[in-house]
Amino acid sequence: MSNNDAFIILTGVSKHFGPVVAVDDINLTISGGEFFSLLGPSGCGKTTLLRMLAGFESPTSGEIFIDDAPMSEVPPYQRPTNMVFQNYAIFPHLNVRANIGYGLRYDKLSKAELDRRIDESLEMVKLPGFGTRRSEELSGGQRQRVALARALVKRPKVLLLDEPLGALDKKLREEMQLELRALQESVGITFIFVTHDQEEALTLSDRVAVMARGKALQVASPQQLYNCPVSIEVADFIGQMNFIDARVIEVEGERAVLEARGLGRVRAVASADFVRQGAQVVVAVRPEKLSLSYESSSDGRCSVQGEMKTAAYLGDRSHIYVTVDGCEKPLSVAAQEVESSSGQPIERGSEVWISWADESLVLLPVA
Amino acid sequence: MFLRSEAIRGYTLLSPTLVVMMFGMCAPFAIMVAVSFWTQHAFDFDTTFTLGRYQDVIDKPIYMALMLRSLAISGACTVVTVLLAYPMAYYVAFHVHRHKLIWIILMTLPFWTSYLLRVFAWKVILGFNGVINSGLKGLGLIEQPLEFLLYSPTAVVITLAHAWAAFAILPIYVSLEKIDRSLLEAATDLGDGPVKRFLGVTLPLSLPGIIAATLLIFIPTVGDYVTPALVGGPSGIMLANNIQAQFGKVNDWPMGAALAMAMMITVAVISVVYIWVTRKAAGRIV
Amino acid sequence: MREVSYIERSNRPLHVYALMYLAFLYIPVLFLPLFSFNDAVYAAFPLKGFTTKWYEQMLASEPMFAALTNSIKVGATTALLATVLGIFGAKAVTRYRMPGKQPVVFVIMLPLVIPGIILGVALLILVTRLGINLSLYTVTLGHILISVPFAMATLIPRFEGFDKSMEEASADLGANAWSTFWRVTLPMVFPGVLASYLLCFTISFDEFIMAFFLAGTDPTLPIFIWGQLRFPLLLPRVLALGACILAVSFVLVFIAQWLARPGAIRSLDSRP
Repeated sequence: MSNNDAFIILTGVSKHFGPVVAVDDINLTISGGEFFSLLGPSGCGKTTLLRMLAGFESPTSGEIFIDDAPMSEVPPYQRPTNMVFQNYAIFPHLNVRANIGYGLRYDKLSKAELDRRIDESLEMVKLPGFGTRRSEELSGGQRQRVALARALVKRPKVLLLDEPLGALDKKLREEMQLELRALQESVGITFIFVTHDQEEALTLSDRVAVMARGKALQVASPQQLYNCPVSIEVADFIGQMNFIDARVIEVEGERAVLEARGLGRVRAVASADFVRQGAQVVVAVRPEKLSLSYESSSDGRCSVQGEMKTAAYLGDRSHIYVTVDGCEKPLSVAAQEVESSSGQPIERGSEVWISWADESLVLLPVA
Repeated sequence: MFLRSEAIRGYTLLSPTLVVMMFGMCAPFAIMVAVSFWTQHAFDFDTTFTLGRYQDVIDKPIYMALMLRSLAISGACTVVTVLLAYPMAYYVAFHVHRHKLIWIILMTLPFWTSYLLRVFAWKVILGFNGVINSGLKGLGLIEQPLEFLLYSPTAVVITLAHAWAAFAILPIYVSLEKIDRSLLEAATDLGDGPVKRFLGVTLPLSLPGIIAATLLIFIPTVGDYVTPALVGGPSGIMLANNIQAQFGKVNDWPMGAALAMAMMITVAVISVVYIWVTRKAAGRIV
Repeated sequence: MREVSYIERSNRPLHVYALMYLAFLYIPVLFLPLFSFNDAVYAAFPLKGFTTKWYEQMLASEPMFAALTNSIKVGATTALLATVLGIFGAKAVTRYRMPGKQPVVFVIMLPLVIPGIILGVALLILVTRLGINLSLYTVTLGHILISVPFAMATLIPRFEGFDKSMEEASADLGANAWSTFWRVTLPMVFPGVLASYLLCFTISFDEFIMAFFLAGTDPTLPIFIWGQLRFPLLLPRVLALGACILAVSFVLVFIAQWLARPGAIRSLDSRP
């Protein structure tokens, strides 16, 4: 329940397994009550980082502080954290009640209080009456909830979740995502959530740390990550992105003018130091920030002509691929309907115009 | 329709093995049961049905005494062997990270060599002029050889515990190895220190292995006669030695058959009760 | 800094215990070779000097070689038949769905938990009632009965670990059942077959209890040794023989265990 802004602090945390560097110099500050995700492909170190927070691995270098207390000498069973394991780790020889109550014996509760808390947590994860069932009688989703209840019933200060929704099918996963978010808001404790699914991370989190090869590439809110990624790697990992090589012609205060391959002369916000006159950069723009039409844009926005190649129908929207002279790869444009302004569907091979607003362009350093 | 055909094909393939095994066990047992109801005069069998031999088993005190002693020695040996083997199995399951196979081979290798020789090795060690005694004497620690070492029930228990160690280690190791490591981490995460974690998760989940180990040791050792003969002395003789004598010097086969039946039935009953009790106890861990 | 994860961190006392336990397992057995080279009739300390004369005496003994030959004959035959029966059984049990499979397998494995004396005695009665003379053949029969469970136990994991679709592919390409067996199945389970053979041979070679009841005038090697134990002066020769048997058994079993290992066991991997 604390709203301490520096509830969890990691300074210079690294983990080496022999010659392999799993986690490389991570510095993070996580607030109390925050829903914080560690996002990245498998092998990026996110699970190792989580396990270091839990105490199952100890850092090769660096320090971890939870609630102002250093964790280096604290074994897992004495930490104010509890973990929901990827495979749920429900004890097969105990029923649901005994599973949930397993850790409560250390909290010195009366029998009545113990039973009450277990009942409460069963309600909370929407499994009332499941108390006497055993692990093999539960579905995957039910086991996941029992794991959640078991961790939360101890009222930890931090809940660690290791890809808890990975084994569930899409619909169930989306349901559980909403429930998890609601749960976190009602309980109010810090959640640290590991996932490789960027949609999931963006949906649930207050902030996300995008990781790769043991390093944290960017730590920001979902909006910031989506709209202002700091590198090609991050931009590419989150959602879809078009990348165009460009050279900076001049910089005027907050605006830059660039010569982009295929797009010609464009204007963009000069976001960082690497945007200097003469520098090579990468212009990045989201597919949904591009508009498609049969005519050249009339409202003064930049536009360029191209030829429509293919369209990928995704149900609620389509991604249309347009080849533009000078661009290495076709540009991906997201559109609701593949139609021109006159209501006719745009045919393959037809000439189209792509336009965009200056603010939609993001400048990124060359990889 | 298809299922039946598959079953038939399966059983056909299995039939040579099944037939050999069933014949090899049913026929001998059937006839052993029959013989136990007969009487023997010199080299002839009087095949009239009689319960006389079984009567002798119950009436003559020596047989009950031997039976009880055999059960006691086997029981002691089982307990000792399992207790000693468990930490070893635990070590290999949880603390050996490379070359596990080598350890497994090392643990079981002695068992696959001659049983007779292993018992004999203990005779050499425990004997009056054996290794322990001559060693201690040479070191000046004792004057007279320790007498209780050899030719006693203790010697039998020690020797059996050594000889059957591998049968205890393997089942326990297998059941420990199967335990999902994340269950141990979950228990630790929820507050268990090492001891509580062992009692709460590891031990209950290794119970099938422990049960298998106890049965695998208890049942065969009840019927052992080599060890008592070599290291047991008069006070360490077990029922199996008597049975062997019945087919040898004493030449009373029906008696031997009746004793064998009595032993088998007793062991079977004890095993069934044991399994039933442990199932009940395991079911109550909630 | 700890390299291993919390659950796997090392435990000193347990490590020491494990080493002591291994010593307990091996040291008694190692005394046999030790005293077989000792220049004294009694196996006692202090050691009196190195000699190989006991080995020479042992090798010069004709009855010993006769018994050795008998044991090899019985062992080879037992191993062959038990392994063949084991192959049939393992294939049937792992490849076909059969009702009542569990009890059937239980029956086949039964000899594992029957005390040797009871099985030996029962077979003795049967054989004599049928008028069959006791001989190496009766010993072989008894040994087959106790070896088949071990053969099955060695072969079943091998068959289970072997992808059924390969046999199906072979059939798809035109091979009949027998041909598939020879050209696909057998080569792939061969290490298990070899392991089973070696294991059954060793079991039969060392088996005493049942052999004692079922042998006629031709003794197997363990029976021969048992007879020698009556004569204390012959002790060192027996030790020499014992040491040789130990060495050979060790090597055979080591090979058998190594071959019998499944392709990739989870337990061999050190990282979770």
